[in-house]
Amino acid sequence: MADTHALEAHEAPAHSANEHHGHITGWRRYLYSTNHKDIGTMYLVFALIAGVIGTLLSGMMRLELQEPGIQIFHGLAQMLYNDPANSLDQAKHLFNVFTTAHALIMIFFMVMPAMIGGFANWFVPLMIGAPDMAFPRMNNISFWLLPAAFALLLLSMFFPGEADNLYGAGTGWTIYPPLSTTGHAGGPAMDFAILSIHLAGASSILGAINFITTIFNMRAPGMTLHKMPLFPWSILVTAFLLLLSLPVLAGGITMLLTDRNFGTKFFSPDGGGDPVLFQHLFWFFGHPEVYILILPGFGMVSHIVSTFSKKPIFGYMAMVYAMVAIGGVGFIVWAHHMYTTGLSLNVQRYFVAATMVIAVPTGVKIFSWIATMWGGSISFRPPMLWAIGFIFLFTVGGVTGVVLANAGVDRAFHDTYYVVAHFHYVLSLGAVFAIFAGWYYWYPKMFGILYSERLATLHFWITFVGVNVIFFPQHFLGLSGMPRRIPDYPDAFAFWNRISSYGYYITFLGLLVFLYLLWDSARKRIPAPANPWGEGATTLEWTLSSPPPFHQYETLPRIDAGMDAH
Amino acid sequence: MSRRGRMASRILDVAALQIAKAGWRRGIVVAGQFFRSFGIALGAAGAMVPGLAMAGTGQPSPGEIGFQGSVTPIMDSIRAFHDGMLVWVAIGISLLVLALILVIIVRFNARSNPTPRRFTHNTLLEIVWTALPVIILIIIAIPSFAVLTDQLTIPDGSRKYLGSNIFSFGSVDVPAPGLTIKATGNQWFWNYTYVDPGDNKAFDSNILSEQERLGQNPVQPRLLAVDHMLVVPVNTTVRVEVTSAPDGVIHAFAVPSFGIIMDAVPGRLNETWFNVRKEGVYYGECRELCGKDHGFMPIAVRVVSADVFNTWVGALKSGGVDAANKTLPPLTTADVTDTPAGA
Repeated sequence: MADTHALEAHEAPAHSANEHHGHITGWRRYLYSTNHKDIGTMYLVFALIAGVIGTLLSGMMRLELQEPGIQIFHGLAQMLYNDPANSLDQAKHLFNVFTTAHALIMIFFMVMPAMIGGFANWFVPLMIGAPDMAFPRMNNISFWLLPAAFALLLLSMFFPGEADNLYGAGTGWTIYPPLSTTGHAGGPAMDFAILSIHLAGASSILGAINFITTIFNMRAPGMTLHKMPLFPWSILVTAFLLLLSLPVLAGGITMLLTDRNFGTKFFSPDGGGDPVLFQHLFWFFGHPEVYILILPGFGMVSHIVSTFSKKPIFGYMAMVYAMVAIGGVGFIVWAHHMYTTGLSLNVQRYFVAATMVIAVPTGVKIFSWIATMWGGSISFRPPMLWAIGFIFLFTVGGVTGVVLANAGVDRAFHDTYYVVAHFHYVLSLGAVFAIFAGWYYWYPKMFGILYSERLATLHFWITFVGVNVIFFPQHFLGLSGMPRRIPDYPDAFAFWNRISSYGYYITFLGLLVFLYLLWDSARKRIPAPANPWGEGATTLEWTLSSPPPFHQYETLPRIDAGMDAH
Repeated sequence: MSRRGRMASRILDVAALQIAKAGWRRGIVVAGQFFRSFGIALGAAGAMVPGLAMAGTGQPSPGEIGFQGSVTPIMDSIRAFHDGMLVWVAIGISLLVLALILVIIVRFNARSNPTPRRFTHNTLLEIVWTALPVIILIIIAIPSFAVLTDQLTIPDGSRKYLGSNIFSFGSVDVPAPGLTIKATGNQWFWNYTYVDPGDNKAFDSNILSEQERLGQNPVQPRLLAVDHMLVVPVNTTVRVEVTSAPDGVIHAFAVPSFGIIMDAVPGRLNETWFNVRKEGVYYGECRELCGKDHGFMPIAVRVVSADVFNTWVGALKSGGVDAANKTLPPLTTADVTDTPAGA
């Protein structure tokens, strides 16, 4: 990307700005913050907390599924509700509440805040040479809507849902009506969940507007779009996906709310509505959403691979337009989630063909990362380990995606654990590995201190083994027909479920190592240099101190015409 | 299907015919045998892992790593397409990427290769890794569309189906439907209506309680046993109309050994079909989240001879489901265990 020497002259004045700028301190600094770095840090802390909660929820599910029968949730329901006559029903429903909450938390309150709110807030302005985001106060409200949304989601777990004595929303994150309308008429749990998604969606739309405006208008002089680093590019594409898809979801769930509360019949057949309409609206958002979760990871992995290979990114233009293509095609494949709803033959043919097309730009990206590493002088430091892990595991999730794209074969896989394995390979092992890669890559920059690379390497290997033990056997469960979203299963599925649960414990150990690493790093406070990664790290953020000054680039960096992004 | 849909379908059929006439047919069939051998190899490799890989038919087997055994032409084609082709493409691409990464780790680590090269382009390579996936996807698409078309086309008696040779352009005869039933999803049980024959007689199919299940001989698998099975004749095409209670939620009617799944949507009547070649009991589960007892509304299909079925359906019409079930021969242990197909 842009070379560093253009900037050296500007660093000193930017630094001193830190001192004579009387900014507020204490809780006001965060609550009232308009600073993209502070807001980014708040997003990251938020994502970390939500991620731990989401992980604990999935841990309860893996505990339950470790053995046939309903044990854990039965005990949990008895403990929570103290209603022995109904506790088995409450246990079954509570399991569904946990699957729903796990998915919504991991998507809306962990991956999106970490990647878009956290890393993008921090590094889009730094990488494009901007002093801050275009709308700093909107940035503040984007963040503060999230804790409110999260609180609504957590609250929903404590209100009646499916029936008066069944608490929480147990519809899955897909919230299909009529299960989410007449099927959850017992109380307001579903309304809380819907409002939570509304708020999280509003937060994301505001964020998307902010990123698009910032990237289009605030790039440093000389940085044309085709010289812009790949991470801001990935965020630009992501922001457009958010901006175009979230309003459709908002419309859909608003119709759900009015169906629930104001007597409309959008999704109920007795008034001329159609439940499948909601699925179209949901997946018109839902499919771009899964690219929203992974595209920022594509951007981060590109920088990390290039940095630690000490080689420029291979095929920069192809990388950019592969992301644009994935984002574009991502809008016209939604009904591949709906092959079993009764779509006609020709509609299914179209969605098969369109879905398979996505494999092409995705393949371009995988091979370009490999070509970036090829011929490099690679140091396998923690961010690089996570990035390489990402490339391989994302490939595995990608090829099962090609399998699932075929409606004819999806007939055997739809709503089985094969699908669960597939999307956890691309998200839990893809997006989450990218988040950890980015975390270890930018941690010294963000917080100005180093972490123990030995612990980070240990964290990687434990997690790598753990997640594969969790999710690989789930392919087998899906092949042999185990449905998703069930708290108990026929005994034949016991063996691979037990293995999968063991994998969770390994992964959880990895999480503990990670938390210990954070504590260890905060305790030792070893100062980080401006650029801890050496000559391979060429983007603008490495020209600033670690941590960067409170306000950077008071004199804008200039990108020379001769400097090539390629 | 709309008129335009029929035209598009016709165009595809004509295109396939032209390709066949052009002499590609032989080549595609040979390619089909090539991919089929992969499927057999996968089965053999799986069988070498003792106790793990035995595919159950009609229900899963402990530790199973593949599909349940197939008893319909549709599941035959799904198995052939997946086990013979898709899974190898998936494994091949994953191993290719893994191998490249391992080569990079060995050859291009900082110790072995202290001076990085600076190239950023290789036009030929970029064309290859764009074009090659396109070619692979087209090769996948040929059987994919054929398998899909079979599934969504109700047999008329003359159309030929793929069966296990997915490159055959159709070699299996399937009769027109001889029985139409309606499966209605409820929270949380299935209701089966025998539309024709059966004079629209209907009955509910509920999961057996543990006490009832263990009191039976032979004992059926846990969470799959029901009080009243769906009874159908062997070697007969069964048209299944799938819907849900008008004020209910969405369910899905699925039987893995038949290769079918169809959503039961309130206010919609979806249609699928199956034709089973082997008598026995085949289990499935609801496959769309439908509330707290989603995991507890199994589907059990008992496939019997035509004679037995005719007696049964006669008794259903005159005396109801309990009287009808008394005409069935008793279940055997082989019926309700995961006997592999052909055993």
